[in-house]
Amino acid sequence: MIDLLTLILFIPSLGALLLLFLPREQEKLIKWSAFVISLVPLGLSIYLWTVFDATKNGFQFETTYVWYAAIHSSYHVGIDGLSLTMVMLTTLLMPLAILASFSIKDRIKSYMILFFFLETGLLGVFLSLDLLVFFVFYEIGLVPMFFIINQWGSEHGEREIWGGRKMSARAYASIKFMIYTMAASLGLLLAIQLIGVSAGTYDLKELFKVWPTLQTFNHITLAWQPDTIKAVAFWAFVIAFALKVPVWPFHTWLPDAHTEAPVAGSMILAGVLLKLGAYGFLRLVLPLFPAQSAHYAGWLGLMAILAIILGAFAAYGQNDFKRLVAYSSVNHMGFVVLGIAAAAAAIGTENATIALNGAVFQMFNHGLSAAGMFFLVGVIYERTHTRNLDEYGGLFPLMPVYGGILIFTAMGSLGLPGLSGFISEFLVVRGSWPIFTLYTALAMIGLLFTGAYVLKGIKQVLHGPLNEKWSGHISEINVREIIVITPLMILMLWLGLWPSSVLEVINRAVTMLF
Amino acid sequence: MSAELLDSLQAIFPEIMVLILIGLVLLFDALWTEEQRRNLGWLTFGGILLIMAATLAVVHPTQQGTLYWGRMVSLDWTGLLFKMLILFGAAITVLLGMDVENLGKKGEFYTLMLVSVIGMMLMASAYDLVMLFLAIETTSIPLYILAGFMHGDDKSTESGFKYLFFGALTSAIMLYGFSILFGIVGSTNLYDLSMAMQFKNMSPALLLGTFLLILVGFSFKISVVPLHFWAPDVYEGAPTPVAGYLSTASKAAGFAVLMRVVYTLYSQVGFNWALLISVIAVFSMTLGNFLALTQKNIKRLLAYSSIAHAGYILIGFVAVSQLGITSIVFYLGAYLLTNLAAFGAVTIFSRIVGSDEISAYAGLSRRAPVLAFAMLVSFLSLAGMPPLGGFVAKIWVFAAALKEGILWLVVIGVLNSIVGLYYYLRVLNVIYHHRSDTENQPLPISTPNAIALIVLSIGIVLVGVFFAPFFNWSVLAASGWF
Amino acid sequence: MQFPIISFIVFTPAAAAAIIFMLPGERKTEIRVTALAAAAFALILSLWLYFSYNIASGGYQFKEQYNWLPSMGISYFVGIDGLSAPLVLLTGIVMLTGVLISWKLDDRPREFFAFLFILATGVFGVFVSLDLFMLFFFYEIAVFPMYLLIGIWGSKETREYAAMKLTLYLFIGSVVSLVGALAMYFQADATLGKLTFNMLELEKAGFSVSFQQLWFPFVFMGFAVLGGIFPFHNWSPDGHVAAPTAVSMFHAGVLMKLGAFAALRVGVMLLPEGAKAHMWWIILLALVNVVYGAFIASVQKDFKYVIGFSSVSHMGLVMLGFATLNKDGMMGAGLQMFSHGVMTALFFAVVGMVYDQAHTREIPKLGGFAQKMPWAMVCFVIAGLVSMGMPGFSGFIAEFPIFMGAWQASSWIAIIAAVSIVVTASYIIRVIRNVFFGTMPAEMASHIHDISTLDKVALVSLSIFLVGIGIYPSLMVPMVESGVQNILRLLGGA
Repeated sequence: MIDLLTLILFIPSLGALLLLFLPREQEKLIKWSAFVISLVPLGLSIYLWTVFDATKNGFQFETTYVWYAAIHSSYHVGIDGLSLTMVMLTTLLMPLAILASFSIKDRIKSYMILFFFLETGLLGVFLSLDLLVFFVFYEIGLVPMFFIINQWGSEHGEREIWGGRKMSARAYASIKFMIYTMAASLGLLLAIQLIGVSAGTYDLKELFKVWPTLQTFNHITLAWQPDTIKAVAFWAFVIAFALKVPVWPFHTWLPDAHTEAPVAGSMILAGVLLKLGAYGFLRLVLPLFPAQSAHYAGWLGLMAILAIILGAFAAYGQNDFKRLVAYSSVNHMGFVVLGIAAAAAAIGTENATIALNGAVFQMFNHGLSAAGMFFLVGVIYERTHTRNLDEYGGLFPLMPVYGGILIFTAMGSLGLPGLSGFISEFLVVRGSWPIFTLYTALAMIGLLFTGAYVLKGIKQVLHGPLNEKWSGHISEINVREIIVITPLMILMLWLGLWPSSVLEVINRAVTMLF
Repeated sequence: MSAELLDSLQAIFPEIMVLILIGLVLLFDALWTEEQRRNLGWLTFGGILLIMAATLAVVHPTQQGTLYWGRMVSLDWTGLLFKMLILFGAAITVLLGMDVENLGKKGEFYTLMLVSVIGMMLMASAYDLVMLFLAIETTSIPLYILAGFMHGDDKSTESGFKYLFFGALTSAIMLYGFSILFGIVGSTNLYDLSMAMQFKNMSPALLLGTFLLILVGFSFKISVVPLHFWAPDVYEGAPTPVAGYLSTASKAAGFAVLMRVVYTLYSQVGFNWALLISVIAVFSMTLGNFLALTQKNIKRLLAYSSIAHAGYILIGFVAVSQLGITSIVFYLGAYLLTNLAAFGAVTIFSRIVGSDEISAYAGLSRRAPVLAFAMLVSFLSLAGMPPLGGFVAKIWVFAAALKEGILWLVVIGVLNSIVGLYYYLRVLNVIYHHRSDTENQPLPISTPNAIALIVLSIGIVLVGVFFAPFFNWSVLAASGWF
Repeated sequence: MQFPIISFIVFTPAAAAAIIFMLPGERKTEIRVTALAAAAFALILSLWLYFSYNIASGGYQFKEQYNWLPSMGISYFVGIDGLSAPLVLLTGIVMLTGVLISWKLDDRPREFFAFLFILATGVFGVFVSLDLFMLFFFYEIAVFPMYLLIGIWGSKETREYAAMKLTLYLFIGSVVSLVGALAMYFQADATLGKLTFNMLELEKAGFSVSFQQLWFPFVFMGFAVLGGIFPFHNWSPDGHVAAPTAVSMFHAGVLMKLGAFAALRVGVMLLPEGAKAHMWWIILLALVNVVYGAFIASVQKDFKYVIGFSSVSHMGLVMLGFATLNKDGMMGAGLQMFSHGVMTALFFAVVGMVYDQAHTREIPKLGGFAQKMPWAMVCFVIAGLVSMGMPGFSGFIAEFPIFMGAWQASSWIAIIAAVSIVVTASYIIRVIRNVFFGTMPAEMASHIHDISTLDKVALVSLSIFLVGIGIYPSLMVPMVESGVQNILRLLGGA
């Protein structure tokens, strides 16, 4: 009998293979099959959530299969509260993303197949308990994403590259995304090799025991101090994950990629892909490099704070609605990193636990709100074919339902009390305050600007004088789209009121991270 | 007849048989009309094959060899194998010559061929300087005529004359060397001479002198530097089958003599003749290969290549070991097949097309795939590619030298074979890769030519793949030495 | 007596070549079908061989030995171990797919398939040889048909030059190795007391350290020329580019492995002490291959040259892996040989399909092929991902241990070599984007159509191997690992 986690992990891929055999012309069939298939992992992970024992320490549902025995790597999966939350998020967003993609007309089959492979890649990262397998899934997710942006991204826009040559904006964005991420993963790859070679295993549970205390590097021919080697490896990890999160100054790929990606691509990109970086920090960097993390936490905190503040400023300065939302991700993910940095600086304290709880919860919440925001941007773009904020204006009367939903979601993103974003940001700030007082204070200022850009966005789209060219040409949000956004809104509200339903699961996991 | 006489007859059995064959050829030459005389070729060919079979059945040398006829002729495996090579070479040459204009229908051609065969066979088994000289002259004189056989052709005439002139000159020098040896020792028998040279205190200068004089004659026969220069001109001018014959059978006989005389007489002397031969080998290989690079005429190219191949064989020669002799015999065998095939293909081609220019071969692979393939096989074998005879042969020559520690010579040989590959490929390049307007015209091959080519091609592959029996025969040839 | 499966594999192509030669040249369909049948038969046999190899007991299996020239210690001696079994399989795969994609070749298919199959016999022969003489014998057989295949059926501009260059380079390499091999042969006479070319005996000959150190560079480098080692790699891109598609596949896919394999089999395994003494500079050369090859590939304008230089870069990884002389590195190299072989065959197959229709290989002049030939695009992307070492594909499975080995041998090498991964990613993406996406030039759009079913079958079957091993490395890893153990034993458990 195949275990539950493996099922969740590979059902999307199997679904992709199934889609492969459907006739290309039957678009309706393909869409609905994709949607139904994507519900299966969701159902399974809801089941997983119910059978998961939040009171137990350590990993559950562990399974190991032989994979690459020759270099001591195996297919080892398992979950704790941290990964369960992320799996939940992923499987939840995926059907919504697919539903949001029903309006795609071009090569829908390939598109859906890529999405399913992407889902497997993402889930694999969250589920794996083997460093090498982690890396495999971490990288493999790039490929479908690359093609989703490259092929189904926005069709307009050109970017000039060096030498005056021009390429389409989506190609530019996708290549930038790919090359940046691969370049950053290079350090990660080398560091993983370093760890594997010197520790003789890639199994995370063993590495957690062996690696932090390892002081002799017999198999490595680098004439460095052990501490130096570890510090270098630490930074290799940090840079790779920081780029994925992204924190300043590694964020420059993000606005391009998010802006050019198709709606569902942006949803998954912001909703899940960015979490990979943060998850990497939590799952790998903190447990494997506790000493280095503590030592360099200040730098990480600084980067986080710059991401928060500069992200907010940058978002405020955008005229492109989608770009605005994209920069908001930089801003929000900054809080996640801030929480992580604070926790790293003060390992084991109560404050650290609070900050981490906040960070993980923020990951989940940002997944909901960012996906929602990108979806709503997509909804309006489909109707107006522009993302320029100056060309909107006064749309509320034309589409009141949409307007309400947009305001609700934007508030969730902004961190309005009563909605989930508030809880997580509060926890991060509360936990970080005693540790990084100055940084946290600065982050509060950043929050102010968060409010500013969100409101700017709402104002430009919904309020102000009506741009006459839209009257009569714009239709209200339709049922399918409402179905997409509703679960997100419900969850935002629910978790804002009863955060403990998720925090319970998270709390046990984060206390075990060290 | 007494047993002793029978044994003695055994020693010159093939020679006698060839003599009988000559008589038959002359007889039918007189009886047959012009048109029928082409059949003389079949007669000669069949006769030679019969002689080969009969010889193998009748003649049984001992391992160490026995001397007969006043110790003039040795009956040993080395001689026997060389005789087989020579006979085979002659048989193939006859097949190739049958359809050549002004050649195939003339009894003289076959007669002269057979006379030279007798001479060569005697060269291979001569054990006495006088016998040796006579054998060499018996070989040479018919060949002089054959080289200049095409009366109307200036080049052929020039070729015959050149060959005659240099042949006579070098023979004379060699004879001078012989006479000095006789003068000192008082015998012309090789055994006596070698004993004298080992045990009598002879002046090294004198030995070196005689060695050099004799070497001049032999070098001419095997066409190595510095007595190589006749080869390209003679090959170019001579009728193509004759050129092939000169470059194979005649060369083989030359090597037989060289081995017998030098190894018998000089193996124990004080000066380092092996070094001298090595130098000759180096120059032959290098000069032959490099000059071949620039040739536009395929016969000249093959001439230079044959100079280079003589150089390779000398690498095995300077090893002075059983493996060395084995490798020489094997090499000569493989080379005989290969070069005859090459010259055979050239014969067929020039008979129809009338040109020996390499550029004329463009598109041959489309025009006559079988002929092209035969050329491919022979040229690759010359270059030393498996699964062809040339590859194995070259390996054993190099191995023999390497075993004796003569690495430098092997390295030069290896470098040379790379140069060699280049110009062989150049020809194949034209044949296979170039196109021409004439590539749709047919290129008929006559029956005897086809038989020759097929036999040779199969032989080349056979020697290259199932080389064990051939190698063992070569070992047999070497077994009487050292 | 057991079924002589290896001999059947080796001589099936040769027999097929002979049969094809005897068919009349005009009956092209019969020729093609014969070729296909023979290739399929060889592939089935090599699959059978691969899966019936007993990994647990390791060592050389399915041995067959017949006398060839006993007095000189030459025998026909074949057998496979964990390193050669995947390569035999690789040859079978490339052979079959090569036949499939050459189906439409119309200029003298008889000669084409015959030469191609002679080549295949040579390749099979080298991989299974346990006799040094036999190895050389087949090695040369594998090299020469290339000359004709490139020269006759290659692309017009450069074929004569490329064919000549390739043949000369490889011939030079092989004769240099040959001298070394003969030196070993006679040295073994002294130490073993008998003349033998049997490599299993030569392994035990106990050559002195100084002898090994003297001859190792000759033997290794001679073969490594065919492996495309810097600075003797020049022949390979030219050859790839000039060759017709199936030959490029064979050339890059299999022939280059031949060089690496022989360098390992003869150089490292018979002269282990020499290997230990000389490996430091071979690692450096391989590193140059890896990095320099990748950079050169990234500035090429010719589609095929990109792939050609990428082969130089990837073969550098193979050499690098072997040169580490440790388990991880060599295992990775063994896997990389297979992975790269299949990958590059796939690359060249697609390049050929694009070229056949577009009649140009200039990357800037191409574009939009994804719409016309989606299958080719998908398969090319898969090969591209393998090429850039993307996890989940066989390239990662192969390259990862190579890097692990490099860490252990010399950590800086691993770090520097890693640069090539990003460079590779950049040029692969560039090619994919420019050739398959973007807009198709108008003059092409009218006459370019999808690839044939046979082509698709070929491409998909190649892709299956790449993905299969990437997802489930145990299909091949234990096999290669057992082969590597054997080398480690000879290296003294190092």
